[in-house]
Amino acid sequence: MHVILDALAMIGLSYVMGFLFYGFYRQFSARVQRRWGPSIWQNFFDNMKFLLKSETLSHGPMFFFGPMIIAAGAITTVLFVPFLKDSDWLQGFSHSGNLILIVYLLVVGPLGNALAVGSSGNPFGVMGVTRGLTRLMGLEVPFFLGLALVMLQHETTSVHAIMAAQDGIAQWNLFTNPIAFMVILLPFIASQNASPFDVVGAPVEVYAGPRVEFGGRLLGVLMTQNMMMTIAKLVLVVDLFMGGATNIFILIAKAFSLFLLTAAISLAFPRLKTEQTVDFFWKVPLGLGVLGVVATVWFPWGA
Amino acid sequence: MYHNNHCEGFQCEQRMLEASLGEEGGELGVLDRLVAWMRQRSLFVLAYGTGCGAIEMRPLMTSRFDAERFGIIGAATPRQADVLVISGYLAVKTLKRVIRSYEQMQEPKYVIALGSCAINGGMYWDSYNTIKQVDHYIPVDMYVTGCMPRPEALIEGFAALQEKIKRGEPGGFQRYRENIDWYKGNQRRVLGDNMPPDYTYDWYHAGGTA
Ligand code: SF4
Repeated sequence: MHVILDALAMIGLSYVMGFLFYGFYRQFSARVQRRWGPSIWQNFFDNMKFLLKSETLSHGPMFFFGPMIIAAGAITTVLFVPFLKDSDWLQGFSHSGNLILIVYLLVVGPLGNALAVGSSGNPFGVMGVTRGLTRLMGLEVPFFLGLALVMLQHETTSVHAIMAAQDGIAQWNLFTNPIAFMVILLPFIASQNASPFDVVGAPVEVYAGPRVEFGGRLLGVLMTQNMMMTIAKLVLVVDLFMGGATNIFILIAKAFSLFLLTAAISLAFPRLKTEQTVDFFWKVPLGLGVLGVVATVWFPWGA
Repeated sequence: MYHNNHCEGFQCEQRMLEASLGEEGGELGVLDRLVAWMRQRSLFVLAYGTGCGAIEMRPLMTSRFDAERFGIIGAATPRQADVLVISGYLAVKTLKRVIRSYEQMQEPKYVIALGSCAINGGMYWDSYNTIKQVDHYIPVDMYVTGCMPRPEALIEGFAALQEKIKRGEPGGFQRYRENIDWYKGNQRRVLGDNMPPDYTYDWYHAGGTA
């Protein structure tokens, strides 16, 4: 009973936080562009509207199962990321998983995407997926290197142990291992499809990319999972670098400050081309990551 | 109404058209009203730039007019759009594309006709290859008059459409579904053999909501 309630609470919380954060992002970017912008609930309205629309298109069973696979991947990821530390609640199944499992789960999304878009056969969709996989090539290596740095530093793969090791603000990995944070930050922005690295869904270039064929309810499902996935990733970074959170308010505050940082970065920089993105990732974050590995292995200042 | 002195000419017409908009939707249930309310807050627009009126659509998304504060944003493809804006004159050749785009949109869907060309042919009233009344070929929910209408007029049109959705009035897509044979007949009359393929509308004949 506890497990079921807990899982539902996590899913609900990540959804609510998801649409509020995205709503805030739209307000924020509107204010930067000197206009009023939509209300903070706008993403909720959009999502509900899509979930209540009809769906008359079909491109075979895979077209339907693709979004379901992606959504299942997102929900599982949410359930394996511990939201709170030292608490019985909002843990999901995180005690039976670890960071390596989460890394695997993060790849389920792009896989389901490729399957669904492949069966639709829309050239713009295929173009979007190609761009996405190329970008994935650039961002995965530094991202995993950053995670590996954290695991090396603490010599464990358990998210709980890493959280427990960061007691006070001085022990946050953000400060004890800033290189790893920097290595992760940019691929993290890219994995959220935010601005400098948003070639995949570029609206006027490839007409929403992988989502071009999805219209009614399936698009609603895709939007929902996207919001939940964003929160899962934010909470993961909060757990790994900012010492986790002991209650929901601290969690929201920390996740929000991280979100504010990424939002500010993505509002300040315009979109890069695909090859520029990959070039950038293979040079800056990857170079930093290699430096970080060398530093962590030979000069263990973190411990 | 025409003999009143508080309005004259087209103002009276406008008022007559909008007179029913302010009333409460009594016939909707609570849940329906909630759904309708969320629907009207989120309109994805497919801007079909057919005529010169298209020029006036772009400023809507800019900082000055900022349609996003009403929940109105551009959609990338017809499949994700709720509102089709036909901005100006429609050539016979373009009509075919418009019909295909319209039939790909998921219900509920709405059409706004922008400018006098879409209403009665406008300055192309005697042209040999433009459509005179768009309403005969696809169902129009809201007209915005003018040649060309200002962005403010278009926003007004959107606001009126939102009122209409909120009150749960049957949209044009229901009319299209019920009178599909009439619409198809009209389309066939101008397009001849050059009709869009059957598979974009044959589910209308199946009768279900699919
Ligand atoms: S109504 Fe006027 S502005 Fe609009 S398409 Fe016709 S001629 Fe152009």
